[in-house]
Amino acid sequence: MSKKADAIEREEVVVRFAGDSGDGMQLTGTLFSDTSAFIGNDLSTFPDYPSEIRAPQGTIGGVSGFQVHFGHKQVNTPGDFADVLVAMNPAALKANAKWVKSGATIIIDEDSFTERGYEKAKYQVNDPVKENDLDGYNLIKAPISTLTKETLKDVGLDPKSILRSKNMFALGMVYWLFERPLKYTEDFFERKFKKKPKIIEANKKVLEAGYHYAETVELLTPTYKISPAEIEKGTYRNIDGNRATAWGFLAASEKSGLDLFCGSYPITPASEILQELSLRKDFGAKTFQAEDEIAGICTAIGASFAGSMAVTTTSGPGLALKSEAVGLAVMTELPLVIVDVQRGGPSTGLPTKPEQSDLMQALYGRNGESPVVVIAASTPSNCFHYAFYAAKIAMEHMVPVILLTDGFLANGSEPWKVPKMSEYPEIKPPIVPKGEKEWLPYARDPEKLSRTWATPGTSGFEHRIGGLEKDELRGHVSHDPKNHEKMTRLREEKVQRVENVIPEQTVEGDQEGDLLVVGWGGTYGHIKTAYDELIKEGYNISLTHFNYIKPLPKNTKDILSSFKRVLVCELNRGQFVDYLRMNFPHIEYYKYNKVQGQPFTTIEIKEHIKNLLKK
Amino acid sequence: MAEENNKQEYTAKDFKSDQEVRWCPGCGDHAIMNAIQRSLPQMGIPRENFAFISGIGCSSRFPYYMNTYGFHGIHGRASAIASGTKTANPELSVWQITGDGDSMAIGGNHFIHVVRRNVDINLILFNNEIYGLTKGQYSPTSKLGAKTKTSPYGTIESPFHPGELVIGAQGKFFARSVDNNIKLNQEIFLQAEKHKGTSVVEILQNCVIYNDKAHAEIADKKHKDDRQLVLRHGEKMIFGKEKNKGIVLEGLQLKVVEIGKDGYTEDDILVHDAKEQNPGVHLMLANMRYPEYPIAVGVIRSVEGATYERNMEKQVKTVKENSEFKNMDDLLRSGNTWEVK
Repeated sequence: MSKKADAIEREEVVVRFAGDSGDGMQLTGTLFSDTSAFIGNDLSTFPDYPSEIRAPQGTIGGVSGFQVHFGHKQVNTPGDFADVLVAMNPAALKANAKWVKSGATIIIDEDSFTERGYEKAKYQVNDPVKENDLDGYNLIKAPISTLTKETLKDVGLDPKSILRSKNMFALGMVYWLFERPLKYTEDFFERKFKKKPKIIEANKKVLEAGYHYAETVELLTPTYKISPAEIEKGTYRNIDGNRATAWGFLAASEKSGLDLFCGSYPITPASEILQELSLRKDFGAKTFQAEDEIAGICTAIGASFAGSMAVTTTSGPGLALKSEAVGLAVMTELPLVIVDVQRGGPSTGLPTKPEQSDLMQALYGRNGESPVVVIAASTPSNCFHYAFYAAKIAMEHMVPVILLTDGFLANGSEPWKVPKMSEYPEIKPPIVPKGEKEWLPYARDPEKLSRTWATPGTSGFEHRIGGLEKDELRGHVSHDPKNHEKMTRLREEKVQRVENVIPEQTVEGDQEGDLLVVGWGGTYGHIKTAYDELIKEGYNISLTHFNYIKPLPKNTKDILSSFKRVLVCELNRGQFVDYLRMNFPHIEYYKYNKVQGQPFTTIEIKEHIKNLLKK
Repeated sequence: MAEENNKQEYTAKDFKSDQEVRWCPGCGDHAIMNAIQRSLPQMGIPRENFAFISGIGCSSRFPYYMNTYGFHGIHGRASAIASGTKTANPELSVWQITGDGDSMAIGGNHFIHVVRRNVDINLILFNNEIYGLTKGQYSPTSKLGAKTKTSPYGTIESPFHPGELVIGAQGKFFARSVDNNIKLNQEIFLQAEKHKGTSVVEILQNCVIYNDKAHAEIADKKHKDDRQLVLRHGEKMIFGKEKNKGIVLEGLQLKVVEIGKDGYTEDDILVHDAKEQNPGVHLMLANMRYPEYPIAVGVIRSVEGATYERNMEKQVKTVKENSEFKNMDDLLRSGNTWEVK
């Protein structure tokens, strides 16, 4: 079980099928790709075959290869090096050994590694490990030809036809390796050999035999003890959500060139963010442990006014206390990130347990029309990414951003491929250049609708801001009814226009169909695993998981509209589904909720989806 | 301040914004603003380095009328906002404008903590002992028994005395004055700005509408010299129209005496020491109430101490100097990492 789970969780894998031109490697690769696509993987393929139609059998020149790169994430290239190589003969191994990752799994048909085979492939020594320097690789020698013959001995096919189906034995092994269902390939046999039932039967039998062989011998086990994030090359570390959040802010501080200021009051389960930032004075981070939650956010607002990259961190009860001040940041249009590490509520609730029940509070929990950007991280490590982007959006759009994580993400850790800061974009806050003429505090960028940032200490831009309604350009106090309505709409529209800079929402699986499973925030791991397992079990569903909550990605409506039913899973009584319903009332929503201060389990999500699909 | 080169000759007019001042005619706030606008040009600070930050209440409209950077915050939270601004940029001259409701009631917590931390801001507390903007409810500084809209039969709670709170919170600077004493107020504001740390200045301010003449018994020109003791560091605590009254220490109590009477000479009169670390006498001076005593005005306490924002700067500098990390990439790759090839 653990082996299979590990395989499921891999983010991306490259498999290369290689054999003699006549071994059917293109077909094998295509079938594998199709199955992967059917179950919702993104993929990219790279057929690599000899220019000769039929080069001499068994020679290097006659090797045909098919590489497929597939993953749970977006895959844009066929991949440079393979995690798994299937080599049907010595020539195929020799030609492809340099294209596999160090320590990769290599499956060979040991029946073809004969004296004659080595000779054709021009091996110096008749030992692939020595010849191809494969020490430390997971070399799996399987008697593929022999077992194929054995499997089909009673089918009544000629020996040549029997041997031609050995590629299906190899495919079966790879399917087991990646927990792929055989159904799509079997369907292909049905269609392709409609009038040749014997061939259908033979191929099915060999495919299954390969699958069961791999399962029985379990030779493949060692390779797949690697956890998901370790697949990509690079430097890895373990990281939990709170530290990742803190580091995301430090990264944003570096990219913006503005010193970080964190005004916070300790609260479970958010305190570690403040603690981590307190440690990082070497990055110029100033942490202010305030006398209460309100002072925490107000010091941050004061620091933002002074031109710092300001954040405040808290959990649900703290966000409630901060709500008036969030409104002040909305009104003054100062950049600010408010982190809410959600826990069970209401009131003191379940301080150490995760829940997603602060969504409505984040969206609407303030007096007046008080729009803010709301973003939710979905894995411990991507707290880094979303903290960075929360800060980037806050500064570049001059708007408060609430970043939602939860106790599960905050305390959970996972291996994380450490990014290079060069992979992250610059942050360019709209600081008014010195000497700017005819500057007005509330004049707006025509695209973003953000105002500019003039900070105390800069000559010539002395101005006043505050919580009272302002007139449109100068920012003076205004009680004009029309102006208030205009400003209210501008503030809302400014938040909405953040949709122009956030990525489009993506769907895993079919882009349209019967059932779309929807999640948001910290439930990703469980929903994704449940989804993956259901797909493997042959269920036809799709998944979309939201990180950008307000504004929603531009294509949200199109996605939801492409499915007959939309099932929203969340750890509350249905706050996100209500939010979606409010925005897109025409969709047929279903909801799956849990309010136990516990994360979902994969099993319960699967069961719920299965039951829903029966209806 | 840092930008010595930019020092300009300002006048009070340079600190007036184009906004119409909307306080009631006769309100004490006008005189306080007048004194501040007159004192700022004397400070040698570039105008752009001033930030006036307020909470909510009549006095908190103050920043709108100042041609400086200004922030009209939310009720009670100006101390916190000002702390953030000053900590983020210690080069600024940060002024908090607040009232007795804003700083003693809803903002009481922030008030004692900004004082405790000794953030270098100048906190000007307009004390009119009433809620003016909400039209006449009692405040935490209203005298016991005060009849207001929410205490029609008289209050039944003891008032806060801001000076006591400041000293209780380990405050390093406390001054008191009366709104109409523009000259003394300028003197105090200059000292408050010079003092490094939280400088609390309580100004007894008249609300002409809801609590008129609340301070009249000590503020009225007719008898103010007899009822106010102007304290100056190093000077004797002498007061009265005839300069014939003074304060002596008798036992553990302050006592008002008349010079040349009952055997008291000028030599017996206490010399004010605002710089004494021990706040004992300062507290007694701050707590003097009419009619038993004159009320003390001027700088009552002004002692040196490390400030929050400078300590912060120092710590940041030290940690930076000793850091093993040059940048974010270093940090990301620090500690337990492993390579996947």
